[in-house]
Amino acid sequence: MATQGQPRLKYACDLDKSVLVNNFDRRGWIQVSPDEDWNFYWASVQSIRNVFSVENGYRLCDDQVINHFPNHYELTRKDLMVKNIKRYRKDLEREGSPFAEKDELGRHIHLDFFPTTFMLPADYNLFVEEFRKNPSTTWIMKPCGKARGIGIFLINRLSQLKKWSRDSKTNTFTAPSAKDTYVIGKYIDNPLLIGGKKFDLRLYVLVTSFRPLKCYMLKLGFCRFCTVKYNADVTDLDNMFVHLTNVSIQKHGAEYNAVHGGKWTVANLRLFLEGTRGKEVTDKLFDEMNWMTVHSLKAVSNVMANDRHCFECYGYDILIDDNLKPYLIEVNASPSLTSTTSSDRIMKYNLISDLINIVIPPEGTPDVRWNKTPSKEAMGNFDLLYDEELAQSDLLNQDARSKLGMTGPGLRGARDPKLQSKATWK
Amino acid sequence: MSSEDQLQVLVLDIYSQIKGTPLELELFKQAQIISQNPLLRSSELKQTVIETLSKKEHGTQLKNTVYKYLQKRPAVPHPKAGPEHLKEPLTYIRKAQSNWDKRIVKSLNSMCTELGVPLARKRSEKDQKEVIVHWGELGTAAPDLSAFRPVYAPKDFLEVLVGLRNPNAHSGEPSSFSSLWGIIQVPLRIRSIMELRLRFNEMSINQCQTGVDDNPDIPPELFDNDRSKLAKKVLNNKHSPLSQEFLKKGAPPGVRAELWKQTLGVDVDQIDQLYYEQLKSYVVQHDLLVDSLIYKDVKLTATNDDQYFVFEDYIYQVLFPFSRDTQVLDHFKHSSANPPKSYIRGKLGVEEFAVHYPPNGVIPFHGFAMYVAPLCYIYDDPVVLYYVFRELYMRYFFRLHQISSHPQSIVSLCLLFESLLQSQEPQLFLHLKTIQAQPLRIAFKWLIRAFSGYLDSEQVLLLWDRVLAYNSLEILAVLAVAIFSFRKTNLLQVGTASAAEGVLADITTLKVVPLIQLSLFST
Repeated sequence: MATQGQPRLKYACDLDKSVLVNNFDRRGWIQVSPDEDWNFYWASVQSIRNVFSVENGYRLCDDQVINHFPNHYELTRKDLMVKNIKRYRKDLEREGSPFAEKDELGRHIHLDFFPTTFMLPADYNLFVEEFRKNPSTTWIMKPCGKARGIGIFLINRLSQLKKWSRDSKTNTFTAPSAKDTYVIGKYIDNPLLIGGKKFDLRLYVLVTSFRPLKCYMLKLGFCRFCTVKYNADVTDLDNMFVHLTNVSIQKHGAEYNAVHGGKWTVANLRLFLEGTRGKEVTDKLFDEMNWMTVHSLKAVSNVMANDRHCFECYGYDILIDDNLKPYLIEVNASPSLTSTTSSDRIMKYNLISDLINIVIPPEGTPDVRWNKTPSKEAMGNFDLLYDEELAQSDLLNQDARSKLGMTGPGLRGARDPKLQSKATWK
Repeated sequence: MSSEDQLQVLVLDIYSQIKGTPLELELFKQAQIISQNPLLRSSELKQTVIETLSKKEHGTQLKNTVYKYLQKRPAVPHPKAGPEHLKEPLTYIRKAQSNWDKRIVKSLNSMCTELGVPLARKRSEKDQKEVIVHWGELGTAAPDLSAFRPVYAPKDFLEVLVGLRNPNAHSGEPSSFSSLWGIIQVPLRIRSIMELRLRFNEMSINQCQTGVDDNPDIPPELFDNDRSKLAKKVLNNKHSPLSQEFLKKGAPPGVRAELWKQTLGVDVDQIDQLYYEQLKSYVVQHDLLVDSLIYKDVKLTATNDDQYFVFEDYIYQVLFPFSRDTQVLDHFKHSSANPPKSYIRGKLGVEEFAVHYPPNGVIPFHGFAMYVAPLCYIYDDPVVLYYVFRELYMRYFFRLHQISSHPQSIVSLCLLFESLLQSQEPQLFLHLKTIQAQPLRIAFKWLIRAFSGYLDSEQVLLLWDRVLAYNSLEILAVLAVAIFSFRKTNLLQVGTASAAEGVLADITTLKVVPLIQLSLFST
């Protein structure tokens, strides 16, 4: 193994998951408790709060890395993500960035990547206004602080939301906690169906730094299929097996298959789409998904506490509609590391292994002073999605050569594949 | 019969295929328009009409129809030979297939009696409605299948092939020099490695291929871009032989669907749509025992396959109508098998009351659904999927489960596999034979399913590209040999048959095109 002859790191781990522990053991790392001196801490979201809390006063050393950013919820809580992306849009509009370009209907061309969404109860009145424009639309209600499909339901009449409207009036002065807050989003009622079934996409994105942004996309994402044939009929609104693709929900369906767990690789999706829809639209879809990820990360990069000890692996949930337009549904800070099938276990084991190779410098000991530029070999199944540092230096080179002034961060430079080959996925 | 007479027969036969089709009408109309030109001299009339027509779109269609006919036309037997020679010239093979046919029917009948289910029954009004409502999700409407079992598995069929003997061949002493190492002991004409190299010369290592040179790590300017451009030109040309030639180097995934349709001469028009609807209504009206067999097979194979489970319902939408499609019976004209017959109740043995059962004459076996599954990656419309599958079955796949002396029958493929492996990798063959791991016993399941379900789906499609391109299944045997060669080092280390099987249990990571190239062309 490549790790032979490398220092034996001390690791702490809050989660008793085989895909984690096996990886650490395989490298000959030594387990310590989170209170001791560790080099690598795979912490739960709860422990992160303690590690970085002001009262704690704990200072991380140069040779320590940890798997969450202190305020990751800026991206992973549904309401905050929506807020941050909306603000990012406005900022770009103000800057006159080419990304803020709109079509003739006033919709963003590049930044319209999540369904129309409101916070409840805060945006109740805005929502009602929008609802009245298209009264027959279905909306999906999601509690902000919960994951894995818990507490989600669909509505298509305003009366179903009475509870939130009243509450909002009585509680205007106390800010509701994440528990009572919901986001309500336009339900995508023309999802792309494969074999008559609805699915969503789970992509894994690793971020090692927000300023400058350095992020990686795992090639081995997967589609999660509903076991029941999709049916947009409103009478079926209560049958969650039709609408929600979360494995934790689908597992309870009678049709759940334990061999594949309803999961299909992204490679299969690509083959299917190229075969049935053609290569150009497929490439466009995958490009848009990559851009969407980069934008969502850029949207929070200024509010995120960019602690140099942190890295984070996000689970991106994406829905694709019938016209091959991707929508960002939500981002998870602690994507499930439980394996439902054997190929799932292999995939997740490799995910963690590749992740460690990217996060730990080649010498084998964590070092926050490292420039966080792993070699191509170290990336394994991850592809570089975007490296702001490299992109900027590329841009400087280009500027020096062509003397052409460019505004904005110059992301569009990625259109020239040769130039940006190192800085983005292209 | 002189060659001129033969040509005459051929032309009449082709004409009978075109007669009454919209194509004929259109050609006739066009010819009339051309001949109405007042400047045309009557002496030049025929010449001009032919020349002008052949340049038009319908002229290409006519060419494609003739080409399709010629592609599927069986070798013409000696004029003195009896009509049965068209199906199978060798008596002992004919007998073997007929025994096999009988065995399957017997097994099917005993299943009927055992389970107390009829071969066919009319559905009640209510059930019919149910089928219509659930047409898109037939998987959830499956009956209780616990009592059903597949009529036969590839293993059973292999035993029959192993038992084949030519009564006229002198086998000599069992230990004699000339006896074959393998388990297929039928002397049939197969190609040598040199002949295969000539046959598949477009696949040689010095030629760029889709499946190798379109790898994302290779800059697309080198190969992929030009390939896609060429593909578009080929498609615009609408000429079957051209797209078939193009497929020799593989299809870029984005244009495969059209290339295959063009090569196979599948063009789904309104009549085809109606015909499919008709077949669908037969499914709705009657519940056949084979439906349960299809259900069972899909549930055992595709439903549990992490590449194909998504398409479960599509496979039913293809295989149920397929079992009702009497046009499938056509392929029995040049196949060694005969469609099984059943009799209307109470009229057993009375020929006037005989019907083919199932109506298409094909009794599915364990793994049959896998002939459909990879196609779901390229055809999203069940009707198009249906016709492409039907064409592939009637051209190629039926040969994989019938005993015949045809150069592409499963018997010949098995023999080709064994003799190639024996000549290419004698040490490996001897080793496996010594440890009682006959290579064919491992490779047979790959061959009979045309590798579907064993390779990654993209690789299956790349392989089938070449089947269509060369209009031949021989490439399957070549690939099987290539896989053995590729895993040779590991195979030489094992000491038991089960360990050898273990080495070859998972071949999903293999890339077929480079393997075939290496095996055929490296020296």
